[in-house]
Amino acid sequence: MRYKPLKWTLYHVIAAGGALLMVYPVIWLLMSSFKPSAQIFQTAGSLIPSEWIWTNYSQGWQGIGGYGFGTFIKNSLVLVVLATIGAVLSSAFVAFGFARLKFFGSSFWFAIMMVTLMLPHDVTLVPQYIMFAKMDWLNSIKPIVVPAYFGAPFFIFLMIQFIRTIPSELDEAATIDGCGKFRLFYRIIIPLIAPALATASIFSFYWRWEDLIGPVLYLNKPSMYPVSMALKMYLDADTLSNWGAMFAMSIVSLVPVVAVFFAFQKHIVEGISTSGLK
Amino acid sequence: MRVAWKNQLTGYAFISPFVIGFLVFILVPSCVSLYLSFTSYDLFTSPRWIGLDNYKEMFFEDSKYWQSLKVTLIYVFMGVPLRLAFALAIAMLLNTAAKAVGVYRTIYYLPSIIGGSVAVSIMWRNIYGDEGIINGLLNFFGVDSVRWFAEPFAALWMLISLSVWQFGSSMLIFLAGLKNIPSELYEAAGVDGAGAVRRFFSITLPMLTPIMLFNTILQTIGAFLTFTPAYIISKGEGGPLDGTLLYSLYLFRQGFVYFDMGYASAMAWVMLIIVAIFTAILFATSKFWVHYESKEG
Repeated sequence: MRYKPLKWTLYHVIAAGGALLMVYPVIWLLMSSFKPSAQIFQTAGSLIPSEWIWTNYSQGWQGIGGYGFGTFIKNSLVLVVLATIGAVLSSAFVAFGFARLKFFGSSFWFAIMMVTLMLPHDVTLVPQYIMFAKMDWLNSIKPIVVPAYFGAPFFIFLMIQFIRTIPSELDEAATIDGCGKFRLFYRIIIPLIAPALATASIFSFYWRWEDLIGPVLYLNKPSMYPVSMALKMYLDADTLSNWGAMFAMSIVSLVPVVAVFFAFQKHIVEGISTSGLK
Repeated sequence: MRVAWKNQLTGYAFISPFVIGFLVFILVPSCVSLYLSFTSYDLFTSPRWIGLDNYKEMFFEDSKYWQSLKVTLIYVFMGVPLRLAFALAIAMLLNTAAKAVGVYRTIYYLPSIIGGSVAVSIMWRNIYGDEGIINGLLNFFGVDSVRWFAEPFAALWMLISLSVWQFGSSMLIFLAGLKNIPSELYEAAGVDGAGAVRRFFSITLPMLTPIMLFNTILQTIGAFLTFTPAYIISKGEGGPLDGTLLYSLYLFRQGFVYFDMGYASAMAWVMLIIVAIFTAILFATSKFWVHYESKEG
């Protein structure tokens, strides 16, 4: 293509202008978190704080409801790690069964899985709550974590797609050498699908970190609250004096998400482009 | 014969987590939910069979139900098409070899990554505040401030704009699709003298329709289920004047604020049927608008 300076400039003005518009709210949130609470809206028009202060962060970090913000982060991490391990490993296990093994009824169960993928989870919200209430699981992380160990349809689908790209000659060679299916799975397939495991882990991390409905339903004590519920507490106690702290802790809650995004961007982009995740 | 049996068992052993999870966490709860929808149940006393009363109340007596269905349909049918339109427009803009494209792609995608979080809903609440940056922007262009939290439709627009802001994941999917369109098609069209508009409607759009079908279905279902932003932006109430009372939020309030579990279950089943109908319509009409390689066209 010929080099056209005018067209080139116009292109970048449009693309960069749109990009700026997209991130402007986030930049505004970041800048506001360094302003004194009383000034946030008085000076909403001017982006850069006239004086930079850290007190919003120190005040916010002390937490709310009698617990420090560190507690909420720890609670979130426990939920994320336990649920992610369960979802990724069980999904890989199930995906191997669908992608590589021939058995009666496999296409039936595969169809069921694809329907589950599209099933609105609102339908199971009420009965699951009743079930967990009867099991005396309320006020524990079990209702949030345990179901993750039974495979997540999105991840199963993603991993099936991935396993199918691995040549099956590899399986056959291993089988001839006397390798059983379980060994085949964890010795040969698991290492080969590492990229898909990474993608699934990243998305599981995102979904669990931001999940609100699970904690709203099942966790009723501030000592167990994850970050999402802690932020909601800030909002419920919404007064002029703690806007700054709420903004600061909102930024803190986004840091791990953005950090993971920049660290693993390639996996994320591939995950979405190949399977339509999220 | 023994080997065949063993193969069957191994297969089921591998998919057993899904099968058990499906039965315990999805199939049985769904059946229970269907039963409860014909009962009055508050979790503490045993369910009382009331036949179709929940459904009658929903359709004929509960104006809040119709309001929540209305705002949800507006939310879905404004939000999803706008989101897909932005996604496609920006994907086409970024489908060039320019060096900065990677950076742009990252920035446009970032909102999708953080968009579902409580932090972003709080941020959204504040940029639409009376003194927030949205009103600042309106004033800059000489438009009067809007009181976003006083007008039902203005408040719903906050939710729609938050959903559109997260067009990045669809954009990535479209970008992948655009890269798969053979450039010979465009070259041939160029030789035939087709202009940019013609090329878009005759090549780009038809070639993307298979991706669009899948994308539209998932986005529509996701939009129907939106909960967090409505819950955070309206502080759990769905106000003003039920303007942000999305279906999931109303269902949540019926089930877990008023503890009317029977009614909430009936709502869930109607939602399931609505979603199933939309999915069926999209699939059934797909042969008219989805372009498949194998066919002539």
